Amino acid sequence: MHASYVIRRLLQIIPTFLAVMLVVFLLVRLLPGDPASAILGDRATAEIVERTNRELGLDRPLPIQFGVFVRNLLQGDLGDSISLKIPVLRLIGERLPTTLFLTAYAAVLGVLMAVPLAVLAAVRRNTWVDAVIRAVFQVGLSLPVFYVALQLLSLLGARLGWFPIGGYGEGFGGHLYHLFLPALTLGLNLAAILVRTLRNSIIEVLTAEYVDFARAKGLRSRVIMTRHVLRNALIATVTLLGLNIGALIGGAVITETVFAIPGVGRLMVDAIFGRDYPVIQGLTLTFALIVSLVFLITDLIHARLDPRAELS
Amino acid sequence: MTPLLSVRDLNVRIPTPGGILHAVRGVNFDLMPGEVLGLVGESGSGKSVTLRSLIRLHRPPIEMTGTVEYGGQNLLDLSEARLRDVRGGQISMIFQEPMSALNPVLTVGEQIGENLREHKGLRGKAAQDRAAELLDLTGIPSPRARLSDYPHQFSGGMRQRAMIAIALASEPQLLLADEPTTALDVTIQDQILRLLLRLREELHMGVILVTHDLGVVAQTCDRVAVMYGGRLVETAGVNDLFHAPKHAYTLGLMRSLPGAGEHRRPLQPIPGGPPDLRSLPPGCPFAPRCEYVTDACQGMEPPLLEVAPGRFSACIHSDELPALKSTPEEVEV
Repeated sequence: MHASYVIRRLLQIIPTFLAVMLVVFLLVRLLPGDPASAILGDRATAEIVERTNRELGLDRPLPIQFGVFVRNLLQGDLGDSISLKIPVLRLIGERLPTTLFLTAYAAVLGVLMAVPLAVLAAVRRNTWVDAVIRAVFQVGLSLPVFYVALQLLSLLGARLGWFPIGGYGEGFGGHLYHLFLPALTLGLNLAAILVRTLRNSIIEVLTAEYVDFARAKGLRSRVIMTRHVLRNALIATVTLLGLNIGALIGGAVITETVFAIPGVGRLMVDAIFGRDYPVIQGLTLTFALIVSLVFLITDLIHARLDPRAELS
Repeated sequence: MTPLLSVRDLNVRIPTPGGILHAVRGVNFDLMPGEVLGLVGESGSGKSVTLRSLIRLHRPPIEMTGTVEYGGQNLLDLSEARLRDVRGGQISMIFQEPMSALNPVLTVGEQIGENLREHKGLRGKAAQDRAAELLDLTGIPSPRARLSDYPHQFSGGMRQRAMIAIALASEPQLLLADEPTTALDVTIQDQILRLLLRLREELHMGVILVTHDLGVVAQTCDRVAVMYGGRLVETAGVNDLFHAPKHAYTLGLMRSLPGAGEHRRPLQPIPGGPPDLRSLPPGCPFAPRCEYVTDACQGMEPPLLEVAPGRFSACIHSDELPALKSTPEEVEV
């Protein structure tokens, strides 16, 4: 469906991609310190540092370094990790599935929490039920991700021992079990954003005349809520969800560190501390690509939910 | 003959920040099977609020009291489950603005289909066939192809036809129509009214038509109930009403209507605006705007009394009002 639209949108990713490349290339080089010092430590002499930088090609002028970066990238080569000495592409390929799994898991948990609670808050609007739901998520939203992560870890992980406190597990079931706490951490944050918007959209849709018409048709309240109200209320929420997937990946960087999960989030943190330029560049480009694709998918879902929306 | 619907002492109270708005105040009327009753009045007279309360469509905190008797039961205190069988099943309703009353994200076919499933137990192919028949019945060309269209792909008149098709899916005994033609241009309005009359004949259903337009009443109704300030102030057969209104407000409405042919005369608008239902003065609510007002009108609110066979009026000067000797046919639509 809408094949030409999809192709056009994919082509639009290219300029975005170029801009991201340039920005990230310059940003990593603006960081204080350089890869050689990070690898060699404080005791290395200036001479050794200089030689290492020369071996890594970091002594050449920036435009030339950028040219090399772009030329390699066009050949599908993101370079080798400076600290781990293996191709960045392979590194990302190994770690990315974990992070994507975590992100998808968090999104599913977030939606599963948000939709029923938003419906409940909307139906019981301006009662104590609504007030409690909104207050809990308002607090949840204002707490930093790492704090929520640590609290969940100490309560459900360490004290009650219901869930493992780290690692990735084996197989699909193992992943689900091991990643539950980190996914919950991220999911709670997402749910907090979704509940508020979805509750308000549901309340707005409930006053629409087509809801009265549906009631006048003698439909069951459950049918009215799912077919007539939620389908309309979700239209705005889907866009919000798409926009927040990017934030979710950002949140994964922190969460993976707290829960010791071998995903790209951890890889990113390690690469930044080690001034591993190729890894930082490769990961940033990967994130940009994922976010662009998520936006495209969001727009396609939006068009599916809302027949009035024109893809153009 | 027993009435299809019997309304007694219907009251609707709407809480607002400025106090309780008593929107419908002790309304009584009967509707015979197959009859078309026009519920007429200006904006804020309580006609749409009355119509919606007949199937208990108002939600809390709006309060409805009185009885709406249909099929031997009072719809106002029926359980939700039993009420659902009546709503949409035996009594259907169509709204003023089909664009906002039809769900924008469901196809017309789906919106007819859910009625057929709920009230007729039809699914799949059988429901599709019946839905296409209904669109055809309401005069929508190539009905089968249009089932998969969304409301925004229909024109205004076609949308109203589609809404009528949805309402008719359950073959109701009674159709409640809330200003069904107000949002349409005049030629389409005429087509929709003719359609409603034809369907009334074919399906032998009663119709309550809410409108502010006496032209629409003239074209379609058997009997008219005029509302003012939340009460019925006059009920009469449509010919009697146009010949000689028995309430000063009805007379005012007639005079503000353009006549046709030799009855052309300057229009006389009714001065002033509708009363504030949160704080009604004692006496006749129309008194402040009425040219026949006397001290007797100010004392207590006149009740709706039978002033001639089959004619009821709540005007103490009903005998003094001039006959207009007009007929419904003369009224321009």
